[in-house]
Amino acid sequence: MKVRAREPEQAWKQDYESSPEREDGVETSTISGVQIKPLYTAKDRPQRDEEFPGQFPYTRGIHSSGYRGRLWTMRQFSGFATAEETNRRYKYLLANGQTGLSVAFDMPTLMGQDSDAPTSRGEIGHCGVAIDSLADMEALFEGIPLGEITTSMTINSPAAILLCMYIAVGEKQGFPASKMGGTLQNDILKEFIAQKEFIFPPAPSMRLVVDSIEYCAREAPKWNTISISGYHIREAGSTAAQELAFTLADGMAYVEACLERGMHIDQFASRLSFFFDAHIDFFEEIAKFRAARRIWARWMRERYGAQDERSWKMRFHTQTAGVSLTAQQPELNIARTALEALAAVLGGTQSLHTNAMDEVLALPTDKAARIALRTQQLIAYETGAANTVDPLGGSYFVEALTDELERQAEVYFKRIEALGGVIPAIEKSFFQKEIADSAFRYQQEVEARKRLVVGVNEFTVDDEAPIDILRIDPRLESEQVARVREVRRKRDQVACSRALQRLEKAAAGTDNLMPYILDAVRVYATEGEIMQTLIGVFGLYTETAVI
Amino acid sequence: MSAVQTHPARVIVAKVGLDGHDRGVKVVARALRDAGFEVIYTGLRQTPEMVVDAALQEDAQAIGLSIHSGAHMTLFPAVVEELKRRKATDIVVFGGGIIPDDDIATLKNQGVEKIFTPGTPLQDIVEWLRNRLPERSPAR
Repeated sequence: MKVRAREPEQAWKQDYESSPEREDGVETSTISGVQIKPLYTAKDRPQRDEEFPGQFPYTRGIHSSGYRGRLWTMRQFSGFATAEETNRRYKYLLANGQTGLSVAFDMPTLMGQDSDAPTSRGEIGHCGVAIDSLADMEALFEGIPLGEITTSMTINSPAAILLCMYIAVGEKQGFPASKMGGTLQNDILKEFIAQKEFIFPPAPSMRLVVDSIEYCAREAPKWNTISISGYHIREAGSTAAQELAFTLADGMAYVEACLERGMHIDQFASRLSFFFDAHIDFFEEIAKFRAARRIWARWMRERYGAQDERSWKMRFHTQTAGVSLTAQQPELNIARTALEALAAVLGGTQSLHTNAMDEVLALPTDKAARIALRTQQLIAYETGAANTVDPLGGSYFVEALTDELERQAEVYFKRIEALGGVIPAIEKSFFQKEIADSAFRYQQEVEARKRLVVGVNEFTVDDEAPIDILRIDPRLESEQVARVREVRRKRDQVACSRALQRLEKAAAGTDNLMPYILDAVRVYATEGEIMQTLIGVFGLYTETAVI
Repeated sequence: MSAVQTHPARVIVAKVGLDGHDRGVKVVARALRDAGFEVIYTGLRQTPEMVVDAALQEDAQAIGLSIHSGAHMTLFPAVVEELKRRKATDIVVFGGGIIPDDDIATLKNQGVEKIFTPGTPLQDIVEWLRNRLPERSPAR
């Protein structure tokens, strides 16, 4: 008797449907809620010409050689306490094989105020390094030649000021601005949307961003003038598709603001860079990175008419997801971070920060910071993940998910356009509400145990030994306050007042403000004084809080 | 059935300090609202004085503080001090954020009754407040 052979796909379907399913009630959709099929096959493979890395639309990466040519930059975000303390940490990280610097500033610096401002009390040096004037910046980079390394600076509303301080330090070390490279976050739109470190209203904020892009295109062409960030949007609770869509929409808004200024797309587009989150849902993240490159390349070429290939290529930094880390059993965060970092590498990131296991409790200790860096080195040199370009290209699942994230992003682009663009959408609290809704939905899923978080709502332990954490010496607060007052006492007051007056006048007009800010920082005007001068002209922004 | 109608407890939730991380505070605010509390969210960058002003104006019974910048050891006790100064120590102060275990005991001694750390189920916060705050007697 002949057994009739079953057609393989049909056979699989029958077998699958007759096999038992897990009954733990845990969601099978991605962490963002994207529905996932139990199996992907050739039928899910998009019908398109074969794609190659280094070729438009760069789904498979912007470099033809992937990491074979050059590994990603291992760039650990770091900063705490005083400039001297952070300078020691930088030298420690560089000595341990880190390949670029990344400055974390404290809250007063991020909010454009000096350490002796009344509302700086209790905040100085806690979540980053305190920088008040050029004197602090000189101490921060003492003994580190700025012409030979690249530095990323995470700062937004006062970004132009900190960039000017960096340029001024480099000049003092003997490097002209044209020789210095690095990345300035300088992404004010995501501040209005998610991280909320805004100071000025949107219009003057955008002017400062365009001023710095325009200035650097001319004077400091090796700077990535902006790092258009999805990280904060995601950490605030968005889904992967929202992170992708809102970030790229912000990118488009910056491009349009520069074009309005009269710049040509190929003058500035190649220096726009991006910054994404690497969250815990492994394949969704890889798909997100791949989709981001493809969407950006299309826009730059087709919508904005960029001719230079470099303008089409999306370069991005990635940080593993701080929100995925747990205060419970914090050592597990090493494993989470490793998996997230691997997703970033398989997604083709240009640089990477891996979080330390204790960052859910405080700033990292030396040991935790070293383990985080070693995690990247392990991925680079032990796992083999860097040996072939886009190893997951052609995976039925990853390709289908890449297309799905692109599709979801396109839906958002239409909604944002219908609201009148990014700034009107911010003013209508559109992004803020979308993100808050996603954050709340996720939290409810965790509470309902539709999502399990190891160590938090499952696999918990009762007795946990506390781990060592970094403590900021409370004495440094008064030291930093004394230091900024000392700087004010010793500088040339007349030159400083004049520089601030010239800046004020320029701010009321339409000149590019960068040269005026540079003049002010050179004569040791403090960050707070420069910001107050600008606030006098631009005013302050307050948001409508939505729950 | 009780003849006396009670009013839900009123809670101020506030972001003190300079950081803008409002994910947690918003999630908690929604959960409390859904659980029947009257919730007033102050928005970002509130000074201790502003928070206490809001609590007194709104006749709130509790203040929930959120902070992620590391300034909790300065700003949480400052809210309690401000309540003492304004003779409003009947208002319950609780908080949450990135707060190491060692700091929690100190904060409790200083009058912050409860600290909820990352990973706390929303239901725990709701239950704690329900037990801590009696429903208000009817307004006359």
